[in-house]
Amino acid sequence: MSIAIFLSQILNGLQYGLLLFLIASGLTLIFGVLGVINLAHGSLFMIGAYVAFLVVKASGSLWLALPACVVVGLALGALLERFLFRYFYNREHLDQVLVTFALILIFEELRSLLVGNDFHSVPVPAALDFSVPITAGFSYAAYRLVVIGVCLALAAALFWWIERTKMGAIVRAAAEKPEMVDVLGIDARRVHMTVFAVGAALALAAGGLAAPLTSVYPNMGDGLLIVSFVVVVIGGFGSVSGAFWAALLVGLIDTLGKAYGSAFSGAAAGGLAAALPAMSIYMVMILVLVLRPSGLFGGRS
Amino acid sequence: MEKHNRSLVTRRALLTSALGGAAALTASAVPSRWAIAQAKPLKVGLMLPYSGTYAKLGENITYAIELHVAEKGGTLGGRAIEFVKLDDESKPEIAQQNAERLVKRDNVDVLIGTVHSGVQMGIHKVVRESGTLTIVANAGNNEITRSLCAKNVFRTSFTNWQPAYSMGLALAKKGVKTAAFVTWDYTAGQEMGAAFKEGLEKGGGRFAQLLTLSFPDTNFQPILAQIPSLGVDAVGAFFAGGGAIQFVKEYAAAQIKAPLCGPGFLTEGTLGAQGAAADGIETALHYGDGLDNPKNIAFLEAFKAKAGREADVYAVHGYDAAQLLAIGLEAAGGAIDDEAKLYAAMRGAKIDSPRGPISISASQNVVQNIYLRKVEGGKNKVVGVAAEALADPGTGCKLG
Amino acid sequence: MIGRNRLLPQTSAGWAALAAGAVALALLPLFAPAYYVGLVTTAMIAAMLALSLHLLVGGAGLVSLGHGAFYGLAAYTVFLMSPEGAPRPIWQTLPAAMLVAGLAALVVGALSLRTKGFFFLMVTLACGQMIFAIFHDTRLGGGADGAYLAKPLLSMFGFTLDPLSLPRAERGWPVYYIALVQLTATYLALALLLRSLFGSVLEGIRVNESRMEAMGFNTGRYKLAAFVIAGVLAGAAGHMWSLYSGFVNPEVVGWRQSAEALLMILLGGIGALVGAVVGAFAFVALGEIAQMITSRQLLVEGLAILAAVVLLRDGFMGLKPPWRARSPRGGGRESALR
Repeated sequence: MSIAIFLSQILNGLQYGLLLFLIASGLTLIFGVLGVINLAHGSLFMIGAYVAFLVVKASGSLWLALPACVVVGLALGALLERFLFRYFYNREHLDQVLVTFALILIFEELRSLLVGNDFHSVPVPAALDFSVPITAGFSYAAYRLVVIGVCLALAAALFWWIERTKMGAIVRAAAEKPEMVDVLGIDARRVHMTVFAVGAALALAAGGLAAPLTSVYPNMGDGLLIVSFVVVVIGGFGSVSGAFWAALLVGLIDTLGKAYGSAFSGAAAGGLAAALPAMSIYMVMILVLVLRPSGLFGGRS
Repeated sequence: MEKHNRSLVTRRALLTSALGGAAALTASAVPSRWAIAQAKPLKVGLMLPYSGTYAKLGENITYAIELHVAEKGGTLGGRAIEFVKLDDESKPEIAQQNAERLVKRDNVDVLIGTVHSGVQMGIHKVVRESGTLTIVANAGNNEITRSLCAKNVFRTSFTNWQPAYSMGLALAKKGVKTAAFVTWDYTAGQEMGAAFKEGLEKGGGRFAQLLTLSFPDTNFQPILAQIPSLGVDAVGAFFAGGGAIQFVKEYAAAQIKAPLCGPGFLTEGTLGAQGAAADGIETALHYGDGLDNPKNIAFLEAFKAKAGREADVYAVHGYDAAQLLAIGLEAAGGAIDDEAKLYAAMRGAKIDSPRGPISISASQNVVQNIYLRKVEGGKNKVVGVAAEALADPGTGCKLG
Repeated sequence: MIGRNRLLPQTSAGWAALAAGAVALALLPLFAPAYYVGLVTTAMIAAMLALSLHLLVGGAGLVSLGHGAFYGLAAYTVFLMSPEGAPRPIWQTLPAAMLVAGLAALVVGALSLRTKGFFFLMVTLACGQMIFAIFHDTRLGGGADGAYLAKPLLSMFGFTLDPLSLPRAERGWPVYYIALVQLTATYLALALLLRSLFGSVLEGIRVNESRMEAMGFNTGRYKLAAFVIAGVLAGAAGHMWSLYSGFVNPEVVGWRQSAEALLMILLGGIGALVGAVVGAFAFVALGEIAQMITSRQLLVEGLAILAAVVLLRDGFMGLKPPWRARSPRGGGRESALR
């Protein structure tokens, strides 16, 4: 395998990891601050992709889609928190798992009712529809590079919000010690709604960015959901920076594992080793949980 | 954007068959036909995906079946047709349960279905035991009409082997020396890959490698990166639906020199989304755009009038399933239990299909032409015949 | 803490109701059409899975999202032992399936029980996903589409019963009655187990693990034992499933299977062992009703789950009059996770 191919796989891993980060960061904040296990986060990703599709269909511009996703995400997150999750903070994890599982089903059906069940393609904006040649026989799509860039920008914005603003500081504190919020006399409800809104907005943004890459189709959030949880665990609950590095790690392991795994286990995917690429991230997660439950990169246990 | 949810289709179906039945009643002046039309309606169970990824295919198959029944005046072999629809959600784990609902709870006389091969396996288990007449209207897993064949199961769609073998053969005939194949690692992908290899080698070519990824992953980048180093003259691929859209676009974006080809599903129903990336791709399938036999021309028009959208190969599968059923019922005079007459007629059927003339092989799979198509102007234009009247080998089937 | 385990019927009226239910199930095939005999068979299989999970969730307070994997693993074991065309007798397949499931539970349990609460949930989920990957990504079990298996032969002491030799209406009866016997045996075994010291220790662990440790119990070993027993019972349920369906596919080891098992327990209520059975039957009935009413099955399911979680805080078994005051910290159920 040549260096150029290796480089392109690194880029793929980074791109996948960064999208994962957008989803996982919301997830980790929601669990860290609110203690809620949100299985429906994958559905939020799907909703973001469909929003992008609809916006592009109506206006022809992907540039409009991303802000639309963020706005819809903020609104949806706030609504979900206010009218549903607020009643589940004291409930057991079992209840939360099941409620969010129910949400997955409901979102899928609503999508089916509103938009139908077709596969839809979301065209890349014409300005970005070219390839950057990496080697004599292989080129890398410019849009993917843009996705990497946008994700990094969003990540930077998120970090700035958390590290530099007052609300961000409150959220950070709440992620480490939820009880402190009440003790300090801060309106917990506003904090909760903010966290949920931001988390949802990030997930929808990820969906909107991914839509031109993966196309838009039913159940598209399924694959990412569990991987996002793995990222949250590896990164440590409530830790956005942890989620960042964990997402990159998982993205790289997954992509490189799938790219080179077949080289190790034989070309035809037949033997047991064919399952290794899929299993690798779970093995890492279990190791982390057993050896260092607070996460590889900090966060509370 | 059309909103074809299931209840709308159900109402339309009932309306159509009711109108058709009424028309048959009033139009016929011969007393014996009137008497037969008074008999119990024939229950036809449609087990298809009406939700999820394959919903559009399920809907098209349904429209086409209803279309043909309406063309026949709402009765086949003198029996009014009553449809019982069931959404199988393309879920194999509840397939058996769903099939049993139709067969045991609703007591359907005929079962037509389905799209997903895994679901078909569940259906097959139930109908092999119950003996219900079953017509497979899409699922292509080879074994249904090979080692698992049964005298009550017919297929009017394809086996995974047919289009893939033809593509490999056509490539070799064109002078391609080596080729690789890319697909998902599941039964359909494996069967397509093996058939492609067989056709290619039969024509004197060399099969380089089978590249697979887990179903339904769409992370094609690692595989695309491996292709240039294989040094092949052509790359065959089997993906369907959204996977096909994405693969074709990424293949074009990677600017790989070897031309892309494969079984027609790669470009079926996906050309609008694939855009320029698909131009010039050659595929092999038993249907295509520009087939100008009169049956196809009439069919395309009628389907568009009924469904409000263009017909596709999936609609043709359904249409021919209805045609096959009609032939059988007519020969048996509407008596679905007269297995001897029914099966004999269906096995010997020669059908004028929109895809050309088709017949039924000894293993009860469709025998059909496989066309070579090229993507031109947003359509899969038929440019040649890859294989004529190709019958699936039916290895391991003990029928006939 | 020591005393009658509240998972079991507390009064003789409770036991009588249980017995009546068993009798009703025993007589059902005589009155119901063949389709419903099959449907109730699936409900009983689901009940066996739910009961096994109940030992973990209601008995020891361990919420696992990977339990379905043992169920599916057992079914795949039957496939590997008894593939299409080469059936094996049930007295070989059943012990083998339970053994494999138990061994897997031993490994997964040893790993996952080092963690608690949400982490335990995630580790069990991850283990389940790895088992799923094995069957989905490799050819071992027929890949993503699944495979047929030969239903184990119903033979004992040289005498074989072939369901196909029975008249069509009665073909589902042998499997139905085997399922009924297995369900009853599972329930009674669990009831005995929960009444014993072992059950009391588990309950103690669920309520306050540190206190049990302070009292000198090796809580880790008890939890592992419960995990393995639950795994073995899930394996028995999975074996029953393969006997009924003759078909395996990867979804049977997937996380949605595990989530559904949790849902059944929720529907029935954690407070009572028979709640698992009630919940399983309710779940199957719900699916059937949803299918009959509408094409929007998933929507109905989702809304029903929501309603169940919001309204049925103690499941069907714990329906209380609405004017009873609820304590602020989560109602009748004690918090299972700390």
